[in-house]
Amino acid sequence: MKINKYFLLAFPFYLIFIFFFIIPLILTIIVSFWDYTEYSIIPDFIFDNYKYIFNKCFEFSNDLCVTFKTYLSTFYFCFMAWFFTLIIGFTVAYFLVFHVRSVGMQIVLFLICTIPFWTSNVIRMISWIPLLGRNGLFNSFLISTGVIDEPQEWFLYSHFSVILAFVHLYTLFMIVPIFNSLIRIDKSLIEAAYDSGANGFQILTNIIIPLCKPGIIIGSIFVITVVMGDFLTIGIMGGQQIASIGKIIQVEMSYLQLPSAAANAVILLMITLLLIWTMTKFIDIRKEL
Amino acid sequence: MIKLVSTYNIFKLYKGVDMSKKMNKKITRRSMLKSTTALAGAALGSGLITGFPAIHASGTPTIRYLGTAVNMGSEPEKKLFEDTGIKVKYISKTTDEVVKTILTQPNSFDIVDSEYFSMPKLVPSGSLLGMDTNRIKEWSNVVTAFTEGKVNGKTIGDQGTAPKKVLYLKGPNSTEFSKEPTRYATLIPTVYNADTLGIRPDLIKRPINTWAELLNPEFKGKACILNIPSIGIMDAAMVVEAMGEYTYPDKGNMTKAEIDLTMKIFTEAKKAGQFRAFWSDFNESVNLMASGEVVIQSMWSPAITAVRSQGIPCIYQPLKEGYRAWAAGFALPSTAKGRQADICYEYINWFLSGWMGAYLNRQGYYSAVLSTAEKNMKAYEWDYWMNGKPAAQDILSPTGKKLASKGEIRDGGSYNDRMGAVACWNATMDENKYMVRKWNEMIAS
Repeated sequence: MKINKYFLLAFPFYLIFIFFFIIPLILTIIVSFWDYTEYSIIPDFIFDNYKYIFNKCFEFSNDLCVTFKTYLSTFYFCFMAWFFTLIIGFTVAYFLVFHVRSVGMQIVLFLICTIPFWTSNVIRMISWIPLLGRNGLFNSFLISTGVIDEPQEWFLYSHFSVILAFVHLYTLFMIVPIFNSLIRIDKSLIEAAYDSGANGFQILTNIIIPLCKPGIIIGSIFVITVVMGDFLTIGIMGGQQIASIGKIIQVEMSYLQLPSAAANAVILLMITLLLIWTMTKFIDIRKEL
Repeated sequence: MIKLVSTYNIFKLYKGVDMSKKMNKKITRRSMLKSTTALAGAALGSGLITGFPAIHASGTPTIRYLGTAVNMGSEPEKKLFEDTGIKVKYISKTTDEVVKTILTQPNSFDIVDSEYFSMPKLVPSGSLLGMDTNRIKEWSNVVTAFTEGKVNGKTIGDQGTAPKKVLYLKGPNSTEFSKEPTRYATLIPTVYNADTLGIRPDLIKRPINTWAELLNPEFKGKACILNIPSIGIMDAAMVVEAMGEYTYPDKGNMTKAEIDLTMKIFTEAKKAGQFRAFWSDFNESVNLMASGEVVIQSMWSPAITAVRSQGIPCIYQPLKEGYRAWAAGFALPSTAKGRQADICYEYINWFLSGWMGAYLNRQGYYSAVLSTAEKNMKAYEWDYWMNGKPAAQDILSPTGKKLASKGEIRDGGSYNDRMGAVACWNATMDENKYMVRKWNEMIAS
């Protein structure tokens, strides 16, 4: 009886998952084995879409194949975005929790962190362009102060600008879960460590970081999944010149090569799941929450 | 995910085709019997025998207009309502998305403004209705660039999907093109233009006269092409030919080897840092040019206008190899019928009746029916836009912004000079699937 009651409680959630996650996912997987023409998709069971993705990938003769290259660059962006959002996110959360004394002030500062989210993320991205451009603010400032002689081209439409935009867009995704973990740390633990003669660094590495691991992992999952599937930021800030899996899927969709896009999506999903699975090996999120 | 589900409409669509086939048979039989005009015949077929123009039979006629933003504006919307009482709802999408919408959501619009190069994709799918040219008042005045592939009596370049190749259908519901003129057209032509490279003369400071300059190392990090594969590949082909690397038998229909060759040249240039960026949205091209990030790039005519209206010099540079042309027109979904179809035909007739033609011409495009457009333009405007003469007074855009000062000449000159120098048209190739993949590989390299 009890089990049934709990099942009923969870039922709406099951429904949402089945309709908006499981069914579309199954459809995607089915379609990824279909054939297609310019204007229609044809039910079939072929492996061509997958074969094409890994075309020449296992020859290792000269260059890396497109798929591997694209994933490599996506992993690179993932790592850089994750690294910087983690450092900045942790620092901000740490400051909010341990250096701001009053709860009122904490809430005010926390809300200030969310202000950028009041505008669309495209606008937040595009607003960097006038700053970073060849004749942009940064270049004119650096030239007028004599730091550089010629405008620097790598500010914009480069890996740098993409990572900058990612960090700007997604640091809050790190701040929130880490803040949430930190604020629940019993302050007396820190006092006890201090009384036992631990210095600040030891407290950080032995007490605070282990205790906020769940927050770090949750934040990392947010950032990594968002960056893995991104095509907008890489497109706009990379001047459409840097490949991403998301962009390949988008182009294929716009040319109605839906089975091919589905196959790419399935592979992207598997790789992202693998990443998350690895991360959850470090910590049992269910237990920690 | 949602889009995947909606592609099932592709299959539903075939039912729609069958239905309208039956309907049209009825039309032809009746119109033959009664030997009435095609218009009356269609009205009969749709069951609207009211004695009034079908359009004013009931309610405010409204049409959902799917297309790129080219013809969409609030002024045409107002003018249309004043003249005909028709209300129009715009559904603005990018070129590729328009095609996708026609195929996957054929019931989401009443009329579509599509490009001729999409026809090889759309016509076999049976998703569009053959347009009855007998219902188009100005049909006999449509420019010969569409109907015969000629400008001023001279045959122009027809590589790629030139309109004359895909203008006619074998019948009202045919999924095959007809080489001979027939009563049924794929699209009723509306607007077209000859595209070329845009440059910043103040930053380049020397004359540019060939497509090959796009890959000139002098402009390393300052060049740009558009990231719409079916159009970008044509620009790329113009460049490859101009560089003397290869002469295509038909650059609008490349073989796999030719696609490989073209993409290899561009991939090498990309790796060497030739391109500052690629653009996929009209506004991006404007910003790249206006900010000086890019000094030479593939561009569309209104983008040049937008840069110039910011007071920044920008030239739509005529090049010795000629122009890459494009053309668009109206079609109805194959499910269109009855009163709604009548409204759409009335709208098309209004579109070609002159006011809209002048509106398009004033933006640097060309109207498909020039004779009516001329009557709606001042003589000095016509001389500047169409005859390549110096402006007798300041030239204003339809919104009143100054585009050219007195004495200036339009880039590329007259209509006959510009359209007469067309080398190729935007194209859908037989190897389109392969081309899109290769294009993706270039972006990834």
